[in-house]
Amino acid sequence: MLDQSPEKLVQVKDLKMYFPIHTGLFRSHTGDVKAVDGVSFDIIKGETLGLVGESGCGKSTVGRALLRLYDPTAGQVIIDGEDIATLSPEALRKKRPQMQMVFQDPQASLNPRMTLAAIIGEPLEEHTNWTRDRKTERIYELMDAVGLNRRFANRFPHEFSGGQRQRIGIARALALNPKFIVCDEPIAALDVSIQAQVVNLLEDLQAKFGLTYLFISHDLSMVRHIADRVAVMYLGRIAELSPRDALFARPLHPYAEALLSAVPEPDPNLEATRQRIILQGDVPSPANPPKGCNFCTRCPKAFDLCHAEKPQLQEVEPGRLVACHLFTPNNPAAGSTGGAEATEHNQQGETR
Amino acid sequence: MTDTTVIEKPRSFSRDVWDQFRTHKGAMAGLIVLATLILFVVVGPFIWRIDPTFVEPDAAKMIMSRNKPPTWAHPLGTDQLGRDMLARMMAGGKVSLAVGTVAMLISIFIGTFIGVMAGYFKRLDGTLMRMTDLFLALPLLPLLLVLMMLFGDRIRALLGPEAGTFLLIVFAIGVTSWMHSARIVRGQVLALKEREFVMAAKSIGTPSRRVILRHILPNVVSPIMVAATLGIAGAIITESVLSFLGLGFPPDFPTWGRLLYDGVEYMQLYPQRVMWPGLAISLTVLSVNYIGDGLRDALDPRIRGR
Repeated sequence: MLDQSPEKLVQVKDLKMYFPIHTGLFRSHTGDVKAVDGVSFDIIKGETLGLVGESGCGKSTVGRALLRLYDPTAGQVIIDGEDIATLSPEALRKKRPQMQMVFQDPQASLNPRMTLAAIIGEPLEEHTNWTRDRKTERIYELMDAVGLNRRFANRFPHEFSGGQRQRIGIARALALNPKFIVCDEPIAALDVSIQAQVVNLLEDLQAKFGLTYLFISHDLSMVRHIADRVAVMYLGRIAELSPRDALFARPLHPYAEALLSAVPEPDPNLEATRQRIILQGDVPSPANPPKGCNFCTRCPKAFDLCHAEKPQLQEVEPGRLVACHLFTPNNPAAGSTGGAEATEHNQQGETR
Repeated sequence: MTDTTVIEKPRSFSRDVWDQFRTHKGAMAGLIVLATLILFVVVGPFIWRIDPTFVEPDAAKMIMSRNKPPTWAHPLGTDQLGRDMLARMMAGGKVSLAVGTVAMLISIFIGTFIGVMAGYFKRLDGTLMRMTDLFLALPLLPLLLVLMMLFGDRIRALLGPEAGTFLLIVFAIGVTSWMHSARIVRGQVLALKEREFVMAAKSIGTPSRRVILRHILPNVVSPIMVAATLGIAGAIITESVLSFLGLGFPPDFPTWGRLLYDGVEYMQLYPQRVMWPGLAISLTVLSVNYIGDGLRDALDPRIRGR
């Protein structure tokens, strides 16, 4: 593996998050929504891992399970040497300062009845026994760091614009000097010019404080801008995990290929000739995923094995992990399909 | 950053609330009316020194002084035993207001506690809400009657007739009127619990107790306030019903509800007998309602800013 030598801050092993379905008169347990179904990845210290996928594929659930805002059904989440998934409540509370979260909706993530100072100060209130002056000093420091005027300290969230609110959310996440921040679509609710500001702020803060991000988004161009490596999720599983440039240049997994073909091209001449891969059908229900590969119902390249067996995430090229039978080295069909795959990539190249 | 040296001092919270409260005309009017009523029942008896239970010992005189219209000697007239209505209004108001307030506080406290517990902790939800349904399904009046019958004498013996009855009534009304506020609060808490700021507080590591106190309760103040203001009215009325059935305060002990019921028989002939206590109850309820309204607005920073 490429990331053998650098220090892994976060290791996720076979994380599963099922939400039970209760039906009938007696609310009996009749099934599970498999929001996250066996996800494994590592995040290296100081890097940004982008997590992309369409709505409902389990991105946010991964983010929340990582911080144990949900209790995972199975699997391990090792952050800085400790397994978050099995920590006792008290140990978890002690661990909380190291991992924080920036939420999607800056309006909903701030308590409307608390002042800005109280919101940013809440983590300090919970985890330090500093004097009031010292807390105030730290709150002002954080407001400076995220670019909020100190005069705003006594105002309430409704008095701010969306971008400013997101800055408040970021300041709160930074309050305890975390190592790892889960950014759960932090820019989805903002308009484009503000998105750029917030993403640049996140990058600046990363450089300044040496933060590690899990950046969840469905905005591929933003992920391309900020992430070092990108994981593509489909229906609760990771389809492909590759370094950013490699993924955007040549996606391996058929789903990643289809997803990336949907990114608009800024150059109108290229845009005119851009070939989109339009997937047929809908995403299957996560309560009842297909038997084989989760993507087999819509995959243009699916073959028999795909309908029978779930592919595992495997390293097929240095640093690139793909969960697809097309790339399985010991697959008896790999020789022929691999060849077919190669020609298809050539075709892609020609059309561009 | 621009001039970081000049930073506004944090404004005091109570100051903010009061400033906003003052701009609410209805609430200020309500506050003045309620203050007047409280003054009337607390200070009044020291100025108007007629004994509210005084009945003329001479039978002929007593019969002459029954059901008098307003005169200088009796500004609100007299009742069917010739007792001074003004004095009875003062004495009755003290009890009614106290019963209303304390019973409301008990019912709101129980209701909010049960509602928050049921809404926030999923494991308690089923049990607590079924218990609430159980209380809702119980016929209240028979329950109150049984309660009074079972514990009335014992508590009265323990605490003396007045304090004992007061405590019993307040407790009985409190424990039988919390269900609606519990349901309302539970619904609100269920919605609030899924909001991202509660999630954010959990991700910070705030324990449930403080999540509830810091994030949940301030945001359910509005429905609690409405339930509380309505609760005062309900408690005053329920107390009068109990007194009417002979299970509350003794018959010669005046309360507004009691005066109202005593006057009902004579309503056709002497309408002032029901008008005064009715007016007092209505004014109390109305003013408390307006105060609750103003307070709710004043506590909400989104409205306060305007």
